[in-house]
Amino acid sequence: MNAPPVTPLLQVEDLRCTFDVSKPWLNRLIEGEPRRSLKAVDGVSFDITRGETFALVGESGCGKSTVARLVVGLYQPDGGRIVFDGEDPAQLDAARRQKLRRRFQMIFQDPYASLNPRWRVDRIIAEPIRVFGLMREDAQIRRRVAELLTLVGLSPADGTRYPHEFSGGQRQRICIARALANNPEFLVCDEPTSALDVSVQAQILNLMKDLQDEFGLTYLFISHDLAVVRHMANRVGVMYLGRLVEIADSRTLFEQARHPYTRMLLATIPDISMSGQARPAAQGEVPNPITPPPGCTFHPRCALADERCRREPPQLLPAGPARHAACHAVQEGRDAAPALRHDTD
Amino acid sequence: MNTQPHNRATPAVPPDEPVHTPSLLARMLDSDLWHSFVRSPVTVVSAVVALLYVLAALCAPLISPQNPFDPATLDLMEAFTPPLQANAFSGRTFWLGTDAQGRDIFSAILYGSRVSLLVGVAAVSFAALLGIGLGLMSGYLGGWVDALIMRIADIQLSFPAILIALLIFGVFKGIVPPELQDRVALYVLIVAIGLSDWVQYARTVRSSTMAEKNKEYVQAARVIGVPAPLILLRHILPNVMGPVLVIATIGLALAIILESTLSFLGVGVPPTQPSLGTLIRVGQDFLFSGEWWIVLFPGLALLILALSVNLLGDWLRDALNPKLR
Repeated sequence: MNAPPVTPLLQVEDLRCTFDVSKPWLNRLIEGEPRRSLKAVDGVSFDITRGETFALVGESGCGKSTVARLVVGLYQPDGGRIVFDGEDPAQLDAARRQKLRRRFQMIFQDPYASLNPRWRVDRIIAEPIRVFGLMREDAQIRRRVAELLTLVGLSPADGTRYPHEFSGGQRQRICIARALANNPEFLVCDEPTSALDVSVQAQILNLMKDLQDEFGLTYLFISHDLAVVRHMANRVGVMYLGRLVEIADSRTLFEQARHPYTRMLLATIPDISMSGQARPAAQGEVPNPITPPPGCTFHPRCALADERCRREPPQLLPAGPARHAACHAVQEGRDAAPALRHDTD
Repeated sequence: MNTQPHNRATPAVPPDEPVHTPSLLARMLDSDLWHSFVRSPVTVVSAVVALLYVLAALCAPLISPQNPFDPATLDLMEAFTPPLQANAFSGRTFWLGTDAQGRDIFSAILYGSRVSLLVGVAAVSFAALLGIGLGLMSGYLGGWVDALIMRIADIQLSFPAILIALLIFGVFKGIVPPELQDRVALYVLIVAIGLSDWVQYARTVRSSTMAEKNKEYVQAARVIGVPAPLILLRHILPNVMGPVLVIATIGLALAIILESTLSFLGVGVPPTQPSLGTLIRVGQDFLFSGEWWIVLFPGLALLILALSVNLLGDWLRDALNPKLR
């Protein structure tokens, strides 16, 4: 710790979000069923430093998209805090919250659903400018929209067309242009490339990296694709059933994962060198999040699980330099055993 | 990897230069809707008929041979003249004959269509406005607002529309002083028909809204803090209007028939502004005495109007349904 302490741009502390998945009131009454709730996010904490890309990875249903939606305020948390540059949006009045909103934006997963099919592209991109009242004159807004379209690699003439006239990759470029329209500092990207062809994915990811360099953007990057995360992220958080199981620098994580779940995920990456080594297949399935297993929620799938893991949920604790892990086996040093052989070298 | 993989060197168009786009008319003539319209002869015919009808009703004072509701132009001696036969006293010929007061049936139909169309269009607009508003709220807000609106809709749907319209009309007769009744009856009729018909708009809009509100373009608007009423108005409404258009067209035919039914039953428009339904009711008194034309022609007029609008609605429903394309 020789660098001066910097306040992170985004602090997430003990974030919790529960969804009510019970049947309607009348059905519950007749069938005698209790209320059911799903802990989508269960005590997640992380910091994002200005200018970095923090990625959240995990299988589908682990709550990573819920975290993204909580951060931008689409869902209300049931517990915990989200602090953006020292300010908690939940504590602010409407006018100041709107001022804070100007500083972040979101890019969505499905470029076919994230653009209003009845709006022309220039109106879509101009919407944030108008909503935040950044420019008043139409000519000024038109110039800015043309500039944004050029910035993301489209032609200013594309502004007069409708979204259905564009391909998936082009639509995602339009989404990025809209996200940049209010000059945000922080972008939440919820699986921005998972709906795209692999060749187009690379273009979009590179565009996002270029824009990050050019404008000093900070990204919260949600993805289930480890290869994409490795390409994009400085730091990575691995989520499992609503909890963070490991946070580490990208290089540390991909070179030497410690949490058994992270190791299992990494073992599923296709091996291009075809070393011929037998790789362990991902074992088991994600349990039902409505009735998660007691103790460490990963224990039914974990080769290292013992009595303590079945009983006591592990805390996210430091485990070596630039790394936190929530695992009893890691804390106790039991993970050295070759429980999962995923090393390809 | 960061060596400008995407094409930044797009041909730079000066942003202020107007970009050429095809005109609205050109785009309409090239749309799927227009092509499917032209390919269906039944639809083209019914569209032409409906259009002629609207034009005739609008220009009734200009094209009708007499003003059937101005007593000064009527001659009792010309009563009960059969169609296309010269009247024994005045020698005048009436295309569709005359009624008990010597009124030209053709003129009466033109004026009656005016009232029928006016009530139909106004009632459908009222029902659509109410239904769309409640449906948007119900679908977007969910929870108890949704439950309340939808249960009211369910209850109303369990009664026939005509019963509800009759009920509203009965209440109106009870509370409005008789000397005012003739003057406001038309508006009450519009409200009564509209109130009996809002449910299907509300249900359709609600289900579309529930599908649209979870789409990411709506979330994108919420992220930047667009207020809910504006999201509903600017983002969701344009995307749920397709089915509403279909219901409104078919609903227009139904509203015209409902209005005629009410007028036929004697609770509709006052006799001073007769609609097609009033003409039919008046005409049926003479059916057994052999003056068939007094009831037949207004009935045919109503049939043709309702049929052509209904066929248009059917076509629109099929044309806008992507599964049938």
